Amino acid sequence: MSGSGVLPHSIFVTHSEGEMTLETSRGETTVELLSGADMIARFLKDEGVEYIYGYPGGAALHIYDALFRQDDVKHILVRHEQAATHAADGYARASGKPGTVLVTSGPGATNAVTGIATAYMDSIPMVVLCGQVASHLIGEDAFQETDIIGVTRPIVKHSFSIRHPAEIPMVLKKAYYLAASGRPGPVVVDIPKDMTAPTERYEYVYPKKVKLRSYNPVTRGHSGQIKKAVDLMLKARRPVFYTGGGIVTGRACEALTDLVCRLGYPITTTLMGIGAYPQSDRQSLGWLGMHGSYESNMAMHHADLIIAIGARFDDRVTNSTSKFCPTAKIVHVDIDPSSISKTVRADVPIVGPAGSVINEMISLVQDREPTNPEALTEWWQKIDGWREERRGKLYEPAEPGEPLKPEQVIEEICRVTRGEAYVTTDVGQHQMFAGQYYKFDKPNRFITSGGLGTMGFGFPAAMGVKQSYPDDDVICVTGEGSFQMMMQELSTCKQYGIGVKIVNLNNGSLGMVRQWQDLNYKSRHAHSYMESLPDFQKLIEAYGFTALRVESPEELEPALERAFADKNELVFLDIYVDPREHVYPMHVPLGSMRDMLLSKTERT
Amino acid sequence: MRHIISILLENEPGALSRVVGLFSQRNFNIESLNVAPTEDATLSRLTVTTVGDDRIVEQITKQLNKLIDVVKLVDLTEGNHIERELMLVKVKALGAQRDEVKRTADIFRAQVVDVAPGVYTVQIAGDAGKLDAFVQAMAPIGILEVARTGVSGIARGDKMLSL
Ligand SMILES: Cc1ncc(C[n+]2csc(CCOP(=O)(O)OP(=O)(O)O)c2C)c(N)n1
Ligand SMILES: [Mg+2]
Repeated sequence: MSGSGVLPHSIFVTHSEGEMTLETSRGETTVELLSGADMIARFLKDEGVEYIYGYPGGAALHIYDALFRQDDVKHILVRHEQAATHAADGYARASGKPGTVLVTSGPGATNAVTGIATAYMDSIPMVVLCGQVASHLIGEDAFQETDIIGVTRPIVKHSFSIRHPAEIPMVLKKAYYLAASGRPGPVVVDIPKDMTAPTERYEYVYPKKVKLRSYNPVTRGHSGQIKKAVDLMLKARRPVFYTGGGIVTGRACEALTDLVCRLGYPITTTLMGIGAYPQSDRQSLGWLGMHGSYESNMAMHHADLIIAIGARFDDRVTNSTSKFCPTAKIVHVDIDPSSISKTVRADVPIVGPAGSVINEMISLVQDREPTNPEALTEWWQKIDGWREERRGKLYEPAEPGEPLKPEQVIEEICRVTRGEAYVTTDVGQHQMFAGQYYKFDKPNRFITSGGLGTMGFGFPAAMGVKQSYPDDDVICVTGEGSFQMMMQELSTCKQYGIGVKIVNLNNGSLGMVRQWQDLNYKSRHAHSYMESLPDFQKLIEAYGFTALRVESPEELEPALERAFADKNELVFLDIYVDPREHVYPMHVPLGSMRDMLLSKTERT
Repeated sequence: MRHIISILLENEPGALSRVVGLFSQRNFNIESLNVAPTEDATLSRLTVTTVGDDRIVEQITKQLNKLIDVVKLVDLTEGNHIERELMLVKVKALGAQRDEVKRTADIFRAQVVDVAPGVYTVQIAGDAGKLDAFVQAMAPIGILEVARTGVSGIARGDKMLSL
């Protein structure tokens, strides 16, 4: 280790308070000397971090002590480290700012792994500070030692180990910069306990700037390529915009809406891109892919031009890539070059941030018109035809005496909250229903684990969202399977008075697994239904919260009115829904985008 | 097709494992790997040979470039380049074999660098094909041990991989 190489030019040494000597090369005397732990606390404040989600333990205790001695950064004590990562993730998705997590070494760090992987798959900015055993113990299988850098290597954007306390401010600056810039992602910082020792203090200066010679995210796209793309766009006869989470993280929603409206073309988004373009607008076809809308999948399949921006042709979107959009040329804009032509070859690749590329496109289409207006009119007729085909047939509402349909519950929630709530989800059928039947006109509102599909994500994520948006309704749509993976966080909500609404679409089974078993395993429901569910009402009440049970359709509306009466109150709705319901449409495996099951009895 | 990718890598702990990990994580293949410091103490140079179609190799270079510790890289096989690998081979050298080893070594412009009773150690440099051919030529005499460095390479002419 080359400790001396990383020290700042002015050095200072002290081993006990009082006998501190300080020399600086500039002859200043007002330099602050801080321990590594205090530097972390100070840095977080200077960086503008509002919340840390964390859980203490031996290797992190110096840091916890430093947090105790300040009030600028609020620490939220979760009940499981996975929840800390999901809460920080939810905070980041809703606010656009990086989330911050603090955990101890060993089990604390490994508990955070699922949340780090979740953030990585969805490109969410997050900094995870992990305690580590003291440097001299590393490699000795010391108590609570885990090589967390090694464990998380494939699921981080980057990671750092602190090798000298003096490098803490710069390393943390790099960590936040990397997490939030370019294609965002989680960054892990491993902090051996001796790096934060209270007795060793070093000069602290907040680094205002950071530069990494090997990391220069692009700031604009190639103008020639953008021009080529725009020419194709104007000539297109059957164009579709296909946009993803990159629009949301790239803060390009307004620009996108402007471009799409100017051209008058249809747009479909990925699950991660929901709300980037108002879903209530006529040009919006909803979202696409495995459980996407009929019209968006049909439009994609028949398109002659796909304008993909900030989306990554994920297998849950494309179905079989060899049958993907056979007649389409593809324009693909992404900030990450490795996303382009990874699974589907792009005809016009453009590496650049969504916002700047879209703005350049707008300036190029400004005083030009699409050259095939008749073809476009025909295209819209076709699309409207697809829409019409499915109108009123999306699901069958419950007859009197029948159990509620999950779809109608979500529609009702959307109505009661005027489509303005933040909705987080867990993973399963309820997640798909929430995405399909809640209509989002704004970005950052539908918060779901898209890439990793992490059960347990929804509830802690909702906590993180609620803290940035205390005056909004924040709803976690969950299932009884997923909720039980993170339900210990009720205790966190109690401690901090976090008033999220939990909607448990209780189908008494691991519904999505069961659906696959119905379709592929002749309804052999191997371990997909939950016997011995808790009495959720009693469980919630044990934490001092209100829970309402809804078993029949007429109970729904009053329960919702009650649940949403007070934005600050945590209310749990245990809503019994039809366990036999399936999510449709659903891609037929190995097919093209238009190959879909539309109900238990119909397919395209 | 076979590609030789040379990488300038931050000389940081863990940087190498990020590169190697990337190959296994994404199911890319590594035929050989060679890594050593450069004249700049902050950089190491890593050369990896891999086999894959254009789409895969494009992904490999893009994914490598995405690693924060990768400063710069070049696919040497895209242009004229010099490829070298060093190999040390221990062969049996008893009686008449001694001459044969020496003769074969001369043909390949290899050098005998160590001698022990019954054993010659031969050093040879060249591209991977030449080394393979040498191994084949020596096999009937009796190879005892082979140590190869993995391919290293550099572009011809004034093209450079530098900052
Ligand atoms: C951590 C984790 N384990 C397993 C799965 C696989 N899985 C996907 S959906 C699902 C069932 C979810 O059940 P529930 O939360 O009750 O939702 P439902 O589908 O019934 O609405 C399972 C087990 C997963 N996505 N995440
Ligand atoms: Mg369920």
